[in-house]
Amino acid sequence: MPSERERRFAGPRRGQLVFALAVVGAALLLLVLITEQTAWVKKTKLFAQPRFWPAVAIGGMVMLGGLHLYKLPWRRVSRYDLWEVKRWGQVLEFAGWFMGYVLLVPIIGYLPVTLVFVPLLSWRMGYRSPFMLWTSAAFAVVVVVVFKTFLSVKIPGALIYEYLPGPLRSFFILYL
Amino acid sequence: MDLILSAIDILMRWDVALALLAGSVGGVLIGAIPGVGPAVAIAILLPATFSMDPIVGLTVLLGIYGSSMYGGSIPAILINTPGTAVNALTTYDGYPMTARGEPRRALSLAYSSSFFGGIFSVICLILFAPVLAKIAPMFGSREIFMAALLGLILVVVAHRGQALIAGTLACFGIFLQTIGLEPVKYTQRYTFGQDFLGGGINLIVVVLGLFAISQAFVLLTDEDEKVRMTRLRGGMFQGLRELARHPRVAGVSATFGVLMGMIPGVGEFTAQFMSYTYAQKTSKRPQDFGNGSSEGLIAAETANNAVPAAAMVPLLALGIPGEALTAMMLSVFYVHNVVPGPGLFQNDMDFVVALYLALLVLNILVLAFLLFATKSLIQVVRIPNRFLGVCILTLSFVGVYSLRNSATDCVMAAAFGILGYILKRLSLPSVPIILGMVLGGIMEVKLRAAMARVKEPFDFIDRPVAFILFCIIIIVLAVHILRVLKDRKELKEAEWQTNSASTSFGSLMWRRRNSFLKDHGKKVRARHSKLLRRLTDLF
Repeated sequence: MPSERERRFAGPRRGQLVFALAVVGAALLLLVLITEQTAWVKKTKLFAQPRFWPAVAIGGMVMLGGLHLYKLPWRRVSRYDLWEVKRWGQVLEFAGWFMGYVLLVPIIGYLPVTLVFVPLLSWRMGYRSPFMLWTSAAFAVVVVVVFKTFLSVKIPGALIYEYLPGPLRSFFILYL
Repeated sequence: MDLILSAIDILMRWDVALALLAGSVGGVLIGAIPGVGPAVAIAILLPATFSMDPIVGLTVLLGIYGSSMYGGSIPAILINTPGTAVNALTTYDGYPMTARGEPRRALSLAYSSSFFGGIFSVICLILFAPVLAKIAPMFGSREIFMAALLGLILVVVAHRGQALIAGTLACFGIFLQTIGLEPVKYTQRYTFGQDFLGGGINLIVVVLGLFAISQAFVLLTDEDEKVRMTRLRGGMFQGLRELARHPRVAGVSATFGVLMGMIPGVGEFTAQFMSYTYAQKTSKRPQDFGNGSSEGLIAAETANNAVPAAAMVPLLALGIPGEALTAMMLSVFYVHNVVPGPGLFQNDMDFVVALYLALLVLNILVLAFLLFATKSLIQVVRIPNRFLGVCILTLSFVGVYSLRNSATDCVMAAAFGILGYILKRLSLPSVPIILGMVLGGIMEVKLRAAMARVKEPFDFIDRPVAFILFCIIIIVLAVHILRVLKDRKELKEAEWQTNSASTSFGSLMWRRRNSFLKDHGKKVRARHSKLLRRLTDLF
């Protein structure tokens, strides 16, 4: 049965201890590196020192993070914490999808990659009906047209556009 | 009057009109889809607005900010799921109304209250602008430093029960802002010899990661929810008449919204909480609150819609954003070399009034749109969650990649997306990181400038505004410490299951001493030791 202290804790139990340990560990590591990673300039006031604000920030992280860890009502990592860490790991797959998309756009082009990426990820998420796949393809086209064609956001033309014939090449580089 | 005419002149452009329309309709749609929210939309659209004029870009973003709460009330009322976080209180009274067969009344009341809140705050601030213009020049470096510090402290202490970790995350935000080449002595800070860290970590990369990509991850790893939609029949105008019957609740709630919106770091939740409590305490039927009370719905919706216009005050007058959305808007100003602060209020007052007038027009547009289009609009609630995740991930790419065409930025955004996902899973706030980044930068610059003229520590607060801000900081900290002590006492009382005796350490020791010295205590101990001896003799 959870204790009164556990009941009053804001948020779920799973993963809290692991996260707090990671934060404090990272903050301590940064604190150890402070002399190596920041400079102390002679004949300069304390508040103008390049090291001052990193020290304030990391000092605050160590102190407040340490207090948070001390105040946590749990002292042992349970199996629920480990399940939660595995759950965090699941999003790496989607981060990979995102990075794949990012790396392919400059090579294959914004429109072609988006046209493949959105329906493929929809398929991966379990949407197999033709309606959903057509919807995702339409969404991909709309995104490219709105952002690149109309709003002219800075997304460079792809390497393979170079192989297109003259006028088509510049149209693709500029608008798609 | 001249000011208003010149402000209208700024707004009389086809691109501003288009921005108003896109912002209002887009904001309502974004608000109506649970799981998206204005923060995600603003983060994605931010880089796209950099190529526009400041007034056009800001109008789009303000439109989304101001109108998303209108849209957010639709799922809150119809399916008991708030469209945006600030519509959570709307579900208390909105959904019970739907459950008893009055969805149309609830929706029209929510729209009317939101409209009143929005218009009230804009008019207040237009009237208040000349006063602000007089106060703003009183803010020098030290006052702005104090105000930024106050904003940061308020953001941290506003997270009740999580203040320590909110403070840690705010400090993490300050640390992120310090990474890169330091601009005064030109030394590297925490770059680890990597070139890509030399230019620092871009705020928009962090914002997109923490808000947009993390939300995409949340949606992609969740299950789709089945939505049961209520049918709407009839007109939507009855709410306007009903609102007119509760002018006191609407007026007080809008005032709370304006006041809380102007204080950095406080925002919608506090305004709503105060308005709702006030409405309940002064109502003739307090028992109806939470069960479909029209006054409760008015209080919640009026207060949250009065905040966006007011939240622009610290941003425009001092250059200090009070929450994540205005922090994002600050980057639009920086991109166009428009520095918000006292100078903007003194020199470009017409620009400020134009922004407020844009908000005024926006509220009218949104109300008109919603009164006629709600029946078709509610279909957006049906979009499946995971498909929404796919869409947000695709759109996040535009936001991050279009900044500098850098794959490194995308890696960093994905890393912050994972951090944001973890924070969401643990119900921890990500807003302190953003405000730490923005306010940390302001504090560093302003403290350096202020300390150049300060000889003794007390010189820092020898000006009236600085002294008042210092006193407010002390009061906020004192109130927070008292609240923490009270919570601790309540926890001990609950753990010990007694509230008759004091739970402080000194009192505990005093009672223990008395127990040792008094005759009754001696008798009790003798009895206990006798019982214990009997028990040990058994073995």
